Amino acid sequence: MSRLSSRHLLGLEETPQEDIQLILDTAETFREVIDRTIKRVPTLRGVTILNLFYEPSTRTRISFELAEKRLSADIVNFSTSTSSVKKGESLRDTVQNIEAMKIDMVVVRHGSTGAPYFLTQCMDANIINGGDGSHEHPTQALLDMYTIRHKYKKLKGLRVVLVGDIKHSRVIRSNIWGLKTMGASVALCGPATLLPYDVEQFGCDVYTDVDEALEGADVVNIMRIQLERQQGGLFPSQREYTNLFGITKERLKRLNRNYTIMHPGPINRGVEITSEVADGKNSVILDQVTNGQAVRMAVLYLLSGRKGEEE
Amino acid sequence: MPSKKYDLVISNGRVIDPALGFGKDAHVFIKDGLIKKIEVDSVAIRKELKSFDTSQIIDATDKLVVPGLIDIHVHLREPGREGAETIDSGCRAAAAGGFTSVCCMPNTTPRIDNQETVKFVQDRAKTASARVYVVGAITKNIEGKQLAEIGDLVKMGAVAITDDGNYVQDPNMMRRALEYAKMFDIPVMQHAEDKYLCDGGVMNESFQSTRLGLKGAPPAAEEIAVLRDLALCRLTKSRLHIQHVSTKGAVDAIRQAKAEGIRVTAEVTPHHLILTDDEIGKEFNTNLRVNPPIRTESDREAVVAGLVDGTIDCIASDHAPHTDEDKDCEFDVAPPGMVGLETTVGLIKTFLIDKGYLSWADAIRKMTYDPARTLGPPGGSLSDGTPADITIIDPEKRWTVNAAKFLSRSKNSPFVGYKLTGKVYKTIMNGKVVFE
Repeated sequence: MSRLSSRHLLGLEETPQEDIQLILDTAETFREVIDRTIKRVPTLRGVTILNLFYEPSTRTRISFELAEKRLSADIVNFSTSTSSVKKGESLRDTVQNIEAMKIDMVVVRHGSTGAPYFLTQCMDANIINGGDGSHEHPTQALLDMYTIRHKYKKLKGLRVVLVGDIKHSRVIRSNIWGLKTMGASVALCGPATLLPYDVEQFGCDVYTDVDEALEGADVVNIMRIQLERQQGGLFPSQREYTNLFGITKERLKRLNRNYTIMHPGPINRGVEITSEVADGKNSVILDQVTNGQAVRMAVLYLLSGRKGEEE
Repeated sequence: MPSKKYDLVISNGRVIDPALGFGKDAHVFIKDGLIKKIEVDSVAIRKELKSFDTSQIIDATDKLVVPGLIDIHVHLREPGREGAETIDSGCRAAAAGGFTSVCCMPNTTPRIDNQETVKFVQDRAKTASARVYVVGAITKNIEGKQLAEIGDLVKMGAVAITDDGNYVQDPNMMRRALEYAKMFDIPVMQHAEDKYLCDGGVMNESFQSTRLGLKGAPPAAEEIAVLRDLALCRLTKSRLHIQHVSTKGAVDAIRQAKAEGIRVTAEVTPHHLILTDDEIGKEFNTNLRVNPPIRTESDREAVVAGLVDGTIDCIASDHAPHTDEDKDCEFDVAPPGMVGLETTVGLIKTFLIDKGYLSWADAIRKMTYDPARTLGPPGGSLSDGTPADITIIDPEKRWTVNAAKFLSRSKNSPFVGYKLTGKVYKTIMNGKVVFE
């Protein structure tokens, strides 16, 4: 098995175990490149990649850019914080213009669920989902899994708790699908107003008491809590959120001994996580950032050269 | 020599008229645009038919001959959005779908909240291939703030009022509308979705919205709206009509209200009878974006059961044309609505009649007599002396829904590519063939 089953990466819900395995194994190879003095391989020489960002993003965009540069690809960036609708040009027109510029691969971030799928329907390039609405963010979940696997040498059988805004998080959705596919046990925890309808149907244990959720877990992956959710009336105050769901050193006692603290960033110190926890010896938050490049290099490499291929 | 006594005969069809309780093979005789008589086959009749010129006979062997169908929920978009539909194109689509009468919704630009706009629509409809009955606005500019001049609208011929597209959110405003409409004995049609609970939802709130990370509108948004209006209807003793019922809770509430004697009627669309929200994640087809949203299987089963047991009176399409440009976009920014006039008959035959939920007579009743009874437009029957509005259906014709063949200006149907059984063969209005 040295080929992915799809020529796009739209989400992890449909991605089979063998594909995830292949991406993570390939990422191990690229991880070594990042530590070299000359952090560059000629793998994607002559391949043109567009980073199409309809939402503001710093770290995901930079991570993809670095991954692309390290693979010697040619890069163009298209960033706009306004949606295509407001701008007046439809997404299809934008994409067809891009297609006419002979782009081979597109990394897309968009505020609407399904926008990456829409792209696959109007162009031949390989599409990589860099986050669509509250739907999926597959490369983030892959780098989270890479980081966990790197430490424990396995994913199967581990207990992973995802804490935060379950309702609006694409990172959580991709993590749920990926972790479950790889045989991990997944628990979700957040305020009841941020748990989406019938969330149990994901096949996860669901908690509103963070102490219960952490009991016996190996990994805690903490999501950023966004201020606008509080303004939207979904929880009373940041203070109360921190009291009920903030990850403190005290709460870590419930975890397994060799526990791991993760956060996709950017972190709100003192809100969803204390500095003590974020900077503690079991935190891999910065490793996640480094590993993200390797995982994205692996995805780009594995999907490249398959432009226009029939599904 | 052609017959002088009659202009046209529709011969040998299976004539179904639920209003008359008629369901036999028969011949329908038409003169001066009116139905003159319906006769079962006999030696004498066969002899009489010999006096007809072949151009005066429509052979309806193996076809169904039914009263011209009535759709009480149609958006014709003119004035204001002629790119999506005009009164003319919408009525051609209606004729193609077997509908000889449509009730048009007032959310045009300008709104149908004044006599001039009613008159404009009526003038445009004079040459159209279907009858157009205007449903006026409840409130000025359908904003829910001040009653429209409903007396004026009724005087011009409005058959009902609605702010369709918007729910009359203020209960006191809805109470006044019900009371005021009672003076004219017209029903108030409600688009029952509480906007605060919908909260900008773009699909049904269920595990599917959870899975896709799309904002969901809960079934409770419809149920609360319906329950509130039923309470107001009980209070005012007025006539209430619930548009496009989509949830089990709403069906149950209406069933109970009817048992109590509350004057409520209801409609359901083919898409709520057939589709469920697990379709959305397959291709993010924006033609599946509709308000109220398509729901879960248990809701779908409940609206089917409600239609079958009479809780829901009418089948109505909520024909809502949008241009390709407006629909070719991301799912959550697409405007809600889908076209329906040209697919209703095939969908009802394929998904309700062939699956044993309804007989042809039941289905025809819910598209003729019951809509006429609900909103009061004339028609819905083949009684002698009434205008010859007749739909002839080929019940076993197999066809594939092809948007390029729609007569509607818009193609936004989620049923494109569906293989259906049952198609309109000819549509006759005032004794003239308006579609074949």
